[in-house]
Amino acid sequence: MTARDEVLARIRYALSAPADPVDPPRDYRRTGEHAPGAPQLLQLLTERLTDYKATVHSATPQTLGSVLATALHGTHRVVVPPGLPEEWMPASAVVDDGDLSYADLDTVDAVLTACVAAAADTGTIVLDAAADQGRRAITLIPDRHVCVVRAAQVVQSVPELLTRADPRRPLTFISGPSATSDIELQRVEGVHGPRNLIVVILND
Amino acid sequence: MSKVFVGMPAHAPAGVGALHASESFPAAARTALADTQLRRNLGAATTTIRAKREAVVGELADWEQLRLAGQAIKAATMARLDEHLIRLEEEVTKRGGVVHWARDAAEANRIVTGLIQATGADEVIKVKSMVTQEIGLNEALAEAGIAAWETDLAELIVQLGHDKPSHILVPAIHRNRAEIREIFLREMPGVEASLADEPQELAMAARAHLRRKFLTAKVAVSGANFAIAETGTLVVVESEGNGRMCLTLPDTLITVMGIEKVIPSWTDLEVFLQLLPRSSTGERMNPYTSMWAGITEGDGPQEFHLVLLDNGRTAVLADEVGREALHCIRCSACLNVCPVYERTGGHAYGSVYPGPIGAVLTPLLTGVLENPSLPYASTLCGACFDACPVRIDIPSILVHLRARSTEQTRKPPSAEAIAMTLASWVMSSPRLFGWAGRAMRAGRLLARRGRIRRLPPPLSAWTAARDAPSPPRQTFRQWWRHRDGGTP
Amino acid sequence: MRVALFVTCLADTLFPRVGQATTRLLERLGHEVVFPPAQTCCGQMHINTGYQRQALPLVQHFADVFEAAEAIVAPSGSCVGSVRHQHASLARRLGHPRLAERSAALAAKTFELCEFLVDVLGVTDVGAYFPHRVTYHPTCHSLRMLRVADKPLRLLRNVRGLELTPLPDAEQCCGFGGTFALKNSDTSTAMLADKMGHVLSTRAEVLTAGDASCLMHIGGGLTRLSAGTRTLHIAEILASTESGPGGAVPLAVTAEKQGRVAPSARNAGADREAGS
Repeated sequence: MTARDEVLARIRYALSAPADPVDPPRDYRRTGEHAPGAPQLLQLLTERLTDYKATVHSATPQTLGSVLATALHGTHRVVVPPGLPEEWMPASAVVDDGDLSYADLDTVDAVLTACVAAAADTGTIVLDAAADQGRRAITLIPDRHVCVVRAAQVVQSVPELLTRADPRRPLTFISGPSATSDIELQRVEGVHGPRNLIVVILND
Repeated sequence: MSKVFVGMPAHAPAGVGALHASESFPAAARTALADTQLRRNLGAATTTIRAKREAVVGELADWEQLRLAGQAIKAATMARLDEHLIRLEEEVTKRGGVVHWARDAAEANRIVTGLIQATGADEVIKVKSMVTQEIGLNEALAEAGIAAWETDLAELIVQLGHDKPSHILVPAIHRNRAEIREIFLREMPGVEASLADEPQELAMAARAHLRRKFLTAKVAVSGANFAIAETGTLVVVESEGNGRMCLTLPDTLITVMGIEKVIPSWTDLEVFLQLLPRSSTGERMNPYTSMWAGITEGDGPQEFHLVLLDNGRTAVLADEVGREALHCIRCSACLNVCPVYERTGGHAYGSVYPGPIGAVLTPLLTGVLENPSLPYASTLCGACFDACPVRIDIPSILVHLRARSTEQTRKPPSAEAIAMTLASWVMSSPRLFGWAGRAMRAGRLLARRGRIRRLPPPLSAWTAARDAPSPPRQTFRQWWRHRDGGTP
Repeated sequence: MRVALFVTCLADTLFPRVGQATTRLLERLGHEVVFPPAQTCCGQMHINTGYQRQALPLVQHFADVFEAAEAIVAPSGSCVGSVRHQHASLARRLGHPRLAERSAALAAKTFELCEFLVDVLGVTDVGAYFPHRVTYHPTCHSLRMLRVADKPLRLLRNVRGLELTPLPDAEQCCGFGGTFALKNSDTSTAMLADKMGHVLSTRAEVLTAGDASCLMHIGGGLTRLSAGTRTLHIAEILASTESGPGGAVPLAVTAEKQGRVAPSARNAGADREAGS
């Protein structure tokens, strides 16, 4: 008997004793009281992200250029995914064609991406490796991550957030910069992931 | 279980892994209780995390509904565990992953070792994972000449300190900043003596120490918090980014997961992603959650192996009361609220799973006679049940395991068993009980000024620290019989 | 209302004054108290130590004794917790479905004293008088098995003369846990030490609770230290009045003296203490 067959046989044997499963109740809150992109949600997202030590800017299509310049201040080389909107592209952009080595990525100063969705309740942004976000390594190795969130991408609750992500794609949920509570359970920000997370909320 | 038949649920075998305690809980606890540094560290840390958890749980008006949903999803999953695992296997395979099955720790260790050897690597980076601790993977790899680098800060502290984990979430909770600084100075190459004992600086030292490993490692080993059957998606919840590094950068990823970690659908995850971070680190959401399904061309590891592990889980599933312990999502909220854990720490439990959940899960996995003192390592105060995000009724399982323990013991009856049988006999008879109550008056001979300062064994354990009350002249029932107007 | 008192084996044999106070309190509130004399023990110690088979006759016996009662009241959160949450499932596990049904029916009409007063009788002011500084320890089973919540505190707040002072970290277990105190006596002692530290920090004269067992534990630690705080069951406080027939429990009388004094003399003792 293979291990597979044996483990499955064991499970079936164990379950021959009666179990009375119920259909999971779904009466918890699944949708927020605010529609995606509502000003209250942008406000809440800002508060939550700030609470976990991310920096948050808001921008309009008109001010985006200068806001991004502020967010990228002091950087020389900024890696960007191949599908980043042309108008967001900084002068110092290094477009990732998939050939940059990890060592290369370790020498760039920042990464600039879009995202697929964000949840205000928890201050979470989601990347799904689409063309405007790039492969996962580029948002991981550089020490500063500047992420543009479009207002319409902002939902309120975690259940709403999950409906906007495709679980068959590589997903990264990000809630603030890298952190640890491993020393005396005190939270300190900045360990292995990007130590600076700058979120730009774009009211377009 | 003395003899195991093919296809019968089996307990986790002894001799491999970290489930079998080498001494009894009371004995190990005695040592821990005397460690004042440990007591102080644990007291401070659990107090901090309790307050944080309470604050973020209080933010959710639907917390109880989420707990009920979490409990029900897990129960429904277990009821069709075989089907969900088969679906998971199908989906992972469809997306380019390879699924392996392991009956026990030794088999899982063999599989993982073989997979690493096939890549030609002699070292791996690891994301913190309870299950690889449980099966003793690092030791097995070391025997095969493969170095395993723990990358979670707390695991790193434990590994560098040649120590054992003492908490599910924060394995180095028993260490304070000064001790961690000392470990880093001693064990971490290139650390300057000027290293301060500030958590921020210590975290930076770990970053510098592991950076090169992350960028050059060829193979990573991880656990999984959840695996979604209908999509083949694996989920790892973390904070530091070491998880992202391990899950993204190496060419080969090997994920070991207990079979109970599967959940049926993507929708189910919305419940656990709310329950887990608030219960474990006391955050609304942990900084990073990584999810992947099989392999993605041009992004992340191009070789993915999933090892599905039994190692006693089917034996837990066969226990109608105990199977609820398989619902555990390893948040460690029960540890943080447990008054016993807070004082003894995790090492006293002798297993990789400490605290209230460990006191049930460990003996369920190994068979209760392998860890007979663990079900008794609780006052049954119930704080763990209230804190559990998936409503595992730990006190009831403890009581259930205590019964299993006394019923399975084949030795001649202990003094305790004889006393309990005798007491049951006396207490079943009002007349005998009345006599016994009056006979207790003899205890008054031991009393001075209304209290008894010393009793013979086994009651001497009581009077070592507490007075015992002097039996009254009259029991209540005697008083009742004599009182004016008392009705019989 | 006709109330069947389940005094509990511990109060019966070691702390009869708890049963006496419960009786007096309920009678003072105008209810008839009966004491089914065949009662013994709920079996909790057996169940929680792993001796379910030995507990079965006790569960059976409890059902036989109390089946006919209109309401059953016990001065113990722990014992009521066992009746309510353990008896039926134990009977079912050991293959006695009929007994399980009877136990479930009994569970629905068995009450801890404070919840009986507040929920069933609808009383929060029992007319008690107790001029002392008091702190309250919510015992684990009252708190988490029965969810008595703030009912005992509401009762205590309405006691005239009583100065209620909050207990820090009140919801932490005292470390008793039945046979835990013997099997894990070191850990139990460590928990007790912390509980006593919190109790002493309140500078209360009296520590009260709804379980004689936890009070025996904490009280045994306090007297060992000759601490300035003593323990009284909440029934004893709620039964205390300025005077009045069938009312007061002795305030100054220790367990040792208690057996020697007649109930009438105890009232006098109470008055003397109250006036001092």
